[in-house]
Amino acid sequence: MSLLIKNGRVIDPLQNIDDTLDILVERGKVKDVAKGLSAPDSAEIIDAKGCYVTPGLVDMHVHLRDPGLEYKEDIVTGTRAAAAGGFTSVACMPNTSPVNDNKTVTSYIVAKAKAEGCVNVFPVGAITKGSKGESLAEMGELKEAGCVAVSDDGHPVANTELMRRALEYAKGMGIMLISHAEEKSLVGEGVMNEGFVATELGLKGIPWAAEDVATARDVYLAEFTNSPLHIAHVSTQGALRIIRNAKARGVRVTCETAPHYFTLTDDAVRGYETNAKMNPPLRSTADQEAVKAALKDGTIDAIATDHAPHHLDEKDIEFNLALNGIIGLETSLPLSLKLVEEKVLTLPALIEKMSVNPSKILGIDRGSLKPGSAADITIIDPKAAWTVSADTLASKSKNSPWLGETMKGAAAYTIVAGKVVYKRG
Amino acid sequence: MGFKHKDIIALRDLTKEEILLLLDTAENMREINSRDIKKVPTLRGKTIINLFYEASTRTRTSFEIAAKRLSADAVNISPSTSSATKGETLLDTAKNLMAMKPDIIVMRHAISGAHYFLAKRLPCSIINAGDGAHEHPSQGLLDMLTMRDRFGKLDGLKVAIVGDVTHSRVARSNIQGLTKMGSQVFLAGPPTMIPTGAEKLGNVTVCNSMNEAIDGADVVMMLRIQLERQGKTLLPTLKEYSRYYGLNPENLKLAKKDAMVMHPGPINRGVELSSYVADGDQSHVMKQVENGVAVRMAMLYHVSGGELTAE
Ligand SMILES: [Zn+2]
Ligand SMILES: [Zn+2]
Repeated sequence: MSLLIKNGRVIDPLQNIDDTLDILVERGKVKDVAKGLSAPDSAEIIDAKGCYVTPGLVDMHVHLRDPGLEYKEDIVTGTRAAAAGGFTSVACMPNTSPVNDNKTVTSYIVAKAKAEGCVNVFPVGAITKGSKGESLAEMGELKEAGCVAVSDDGHPVANTELMRRALEYAKGMGIMLISHAEEKSLVGEGVMNEGFVATELGLKGIPWAAEDVATARDVYLAEFTNSPLHIAHVSTQGALRIIRNAKARGVRVTCETAPHYFTLTDDAVRGYETNAKMNPPLRSTADQEAVKAALKDGTIDAIATDHAPHHLDEKDIEFNLALNGIIGLETSLPLSLKLVEEKVLTLPALIEKMSVNPSKILGIDRGSLKPGSAADITIIDPKAAWTVSADTLASKSKNSPWLGETMKGAAAYTIVAGKVVYKRG
Repeated sequence: MGFKHKDIIALRDLTKEEILLLLDTAENMREINSRDIKKVPTLRGKTIINLFYEASTRTRTSFEIAAKRLSADAVNISPSTSSATKGETLLDTAKNLMAMKPDIIVMRHAISGAHYFLAKRLPCSIINAGDGAHEHPSQGLLDMLTMRDRFGKLDGLKVAIVGDVTHSRVARSNIQGLTKMGSQVFLAGPPTMIPTGAEKLGNVTVCNSMNEAIDGADVVMMLRIQLERQGKTLLPTLKEYSRYYGLNPENLKLAKKDAMVMHPGPINRGVELSSYVADGDQSHVMKQVENGVAVRMAMLYHVSGGELTAE
């Protein structure tokens, strides 16, 4: 079974390719990338004229809610949402029920994803048992079972000594540690960014210092232990300054941000909009600008969605009681493409942040169209206009702040191991 | 001019003209309250539910009297906090109440914005009797009415608001209302109790000390310290608080000679106000309470679609 993708603008940052080319796929792998390729008669042919053809997008931070919280999302619907959003691989966080802190849960995720998922699923295991922050999880066993990183996402590792040991231990196991950097004592009962909007709405604020202080701690621990560290969902100018400085002096730190942090500010909370409630919270305009600048100068390595599905009842409620988080898999691509339009990133640089770098950080063999690599390919129609609607979102949950809004740009085809798993329209 | 809103949730949402209309109506209502028979048939047949998730005998009673003087039927419901934790959501409760066909729900709730949540989903009028640290519009209006009684205007007044601004819905409603009416507001309190960005709330100056705020003020409005909210981190002791942020006959001299002293009540005597000040000539605390009924009558009247007839 072969597939020929013709006439697209092929962008492969790892091979330094940005040109109108054809791609031939055979037996699930990239066979050739060149001009004027021909295919065997039996080949399926996709005309990608006017589209971008890129290594399959990788979202290194999603919540699939499976096992245990399938009423919000499961591996089937979550991977469908990923495919619809142009993602061929996702890394899923361990805050399931039970927590993915042992090989049984990891194996369940791997097996179910293989059997029923439509994109690659790379599980992230917990740093500490139950993500309780008390003792280290069995990271070696987690890695063996298929975890590509460890994180207590949703809960910061509060104990600094334990965090130090976690970084050292993860390094020994050769597994990336992803920090959810948040100083809880500063967050208190805060429900949105601390600032003018919170003051006017009478909502308890979360100071940016809660993120900065925790980021500084983890960066210094990474430096001290000489261990690799990845920081999730960075949202503040202070945290970015810390990471930028650390990178400059050679600390092994990488980080990601999410589309909502470069698209929205805490102004979106007005009207007590629970679909603008997330953790870290939407920040100020200055932070939003800092995130864009850090995308541009390379301080931010990756764009991840932190796709966080919640049931209607958990969002259609008074603001203080609503759960944190929004879905993001299906809106990430058009929101991120805006960065190209705004000249924050070149198109190849965007693909680096949405495919190449997350693959590198997680140590997964993805993010390239080199002959011989897995034929995970996203064909992007940059002109496609569509409206975000609860009826058409593939995710089981509909907690998006962009419902009703028109987006520009979409995946035309999502191809995993040479197989079309999503086709638009 | 008619009143166009279904609900009254925040003075932030009202224009200067709408606030004036409410104040003018309240003045007319005050006349009813001074009659022998303090009752008019204006809202006869209307059902008003006072839904109080937080206890407040004063505000609830004031709304209840206001409703009765306009001949409405008022029912008080105080859901125990336990019923909320038993799993009945605010929306469930409200839907159940809706089935009883009220015309107006007057609600107090501990969560900021809870009223917007209901107002979006229910057809009846919602009046905010205090939501979290957001707004307390009837208090703001009665405070403004009391100031206007004394000065004949609000434009150009210097108003000092002192205390825990962060947690105060009274402060927010007053700031929103007063700055729209052209007053200048000066805030003071321990920096642990002044919210981020407060200076952007309109014509507001955040002062470094209480003395700076009350210097030359026409009105000194003291906020209630809510002991349960301060925890261990916002204040060392009440003794120290009253020394630096309490109003006493000495520092009151910094204000204009016959400045008004106001407090939303209940007063922690000796903390926010010394008793000499609370019971002194300059205190307007009781007038605030009196104006409360008239202001609430005006609010009930206008959300019911009333038009103020020309004099
Ligand atoms: Zn997180
Ligand atoms: Zn997350």
